[in-house]
Amino acid sequence: MLALLIRDLRISVRAGGGFGLGLGFFLIICILVPLGVGPEREVLAPAAPGILWVGALLACLLSLDRIFALDHEDGSLDLLATAPLPLEAVAFIKALVHWMTTGLPLVLISPLLGVLLHLPDAAMGWLMLSLLLGTPALSVIGAFGAALTVGLRRGGLLLSLLVLPLYMPTLIFGAEVIRRGALGMDVSTPLALLAGISLGSVALLPFAAAAALRINLR
Amino acid sequence: MSLWDYANPRKFMETSAKVLPLIWTLAGLCLTIGLIWGFFFTPDDYKQGSTVRIIYLHVPAAMMAINAWVMMLVASLIWLIRRHHVSALAARAAAPAGMVFTLIALATGAFWGQPMWGTWWEWDPRLTAFLILFLFYIGYIAFWQAIEDPDTAADLTGILCLVGSVFAVLSRYAVNFWNQGLHQGASLSLDKQENVSDVFWYPLLVCIAGFVLLFFALVLTRTRTEIRMRRIRALEARERLV
Amino acid sequence: MIPDLGKYAFAVLASYGSGLGLLIALVVATVLRGRKVRHRLEAIEKRQGRTNG
Repeated sequence: MLALLIRDLRISVRAGGGFGLGLGFFLIICILVPLGVGPEREVLAPAAPGILWVGALLACLLSLDRIFALDHEDGSLDLLATAPLPLEAVAFIKALVHWMTTGLPLVLISPLLGVLLHLPDAAMGWLMLSLLLGTPALSVIGAFGAALTVGLRRGGLLLSLLVLPLYMPTLIFGAEVIRRGALGMDVSTPLALLAGISLGSVALLPFAAAAALRINLR
Repeated sequence: MSLWDYANPRKFMETSAKVLPLIWTLAGLCLTIGLIWGFFFTPDDYKQGSTVRIIYLHVPAAMMAINAWVMMLVASLIWLIRRHHVSALAARAAAPAGMVFTLIALATGAFWGQPMWGTWWEWDPRLTAFLILFLFYIGYIAFWQAIEDPDTAADLTGILCLVGSVFAVLSRYAVNFWNQGLHQGASLSLDKQENVSDVFWYPLLVCIAGFVLLFFALVLTRTRTEIRMRRIRALEARERLV
Repeated sequence: MIPDLGKYAFAVLASYGSGLGLLIALVVATVLRGRKVRHRLEAIEKRQGRTNG
């Protein structure tokens, strides 16, 4: 398991693996929106939680199809399927790598982008916490979607159509945490629900992803 | 005579050919009676005026939009667990019907909301949840069409339907939490007297029966078409071999 | 014969129009596709000289 984790991490960091691509995309969205809606603080500050979360969502989406596609093309996914390691664990590791290379960097640079969008200082901590809790769910749900569409030739567009509706609850609770945090309200309810979605997804979706992979490799 | 007998496509074709004309007729009859009754022979509501007549399309369509998804979920489960081929095709057949019902509920709701709430669209939990349901239908249908091998398609869409159902329910509660509603409570419940008076209730019942029957007729007809499509594929594959 | 719909005539008529229109479109599409597929199947079966077996 650890060997697979290290191998995948190395591949994604090296050789145009798309590392940093998501970050750049996230940054561009956070610049495009103010250019579109205007620079006024009164407009940007209330919208900032939503913009940041939608940006994170789309940045995650961007690198989803790489989760299994490369391994499927060169046949190493077939090897992994016959390896002693259960396919559920493979799916989990793949999602974990996706999170470490996409979700975690997003969490780390999000305060900078929060400043760009005039997010109140009080909400910065909640921004990082909500992204930290929510992005694992995005990665696991995304890995499930990638597993469903791995055998398809034109899977990319379909993948976003399938995955984005599944992202909606995470988005709602994640943005709500920041919004309430910015207003100084109690955030425990959306925070608990967000954590619940993440934990539930991480616990259950690798099984669904593995089932989908088995069907696709049949 | 059990559900499992109909896993044999030929048996299904025989039986459905017998009952389909009856179901189509009954559906047409119920819808005609219910809608004409509702449109021409019911009084105006004291608050909503004549717009109350929209209920005869809106409520049954909304009900069946959700029920169609539930039916797809059950059919997918039966396929995944017992490899009941006709069941997988029935799930596929139900999706377009469910999608159109969702669209009808959204459209009639918009026409009703315009004079009543003063807006075509409001980000109300029920409305938002229906829009999300619509997206789920689109994704499901597109996924079926994208996969070439029929058994793989049935398996993968079945899994999608399962996971999607969980997230659809989650979304429903999430949007509830996200925004307080403008939409009135359910029009139908066991203590119906509180919500809808008898004058509106009986034609509504007939309309609901009509929509249910129409849904069954559509699903059976579309399932028959899917079975024939499979047979065409099989025969064409054999032709290429010879 | 048409009841007095008052000032909401547009809303009611548009709802019935769009709702019935969508329903009819769905039914017509279903029946037409069913018919097309049935004819295709019949043609193939005739070509292969066997019936429903």
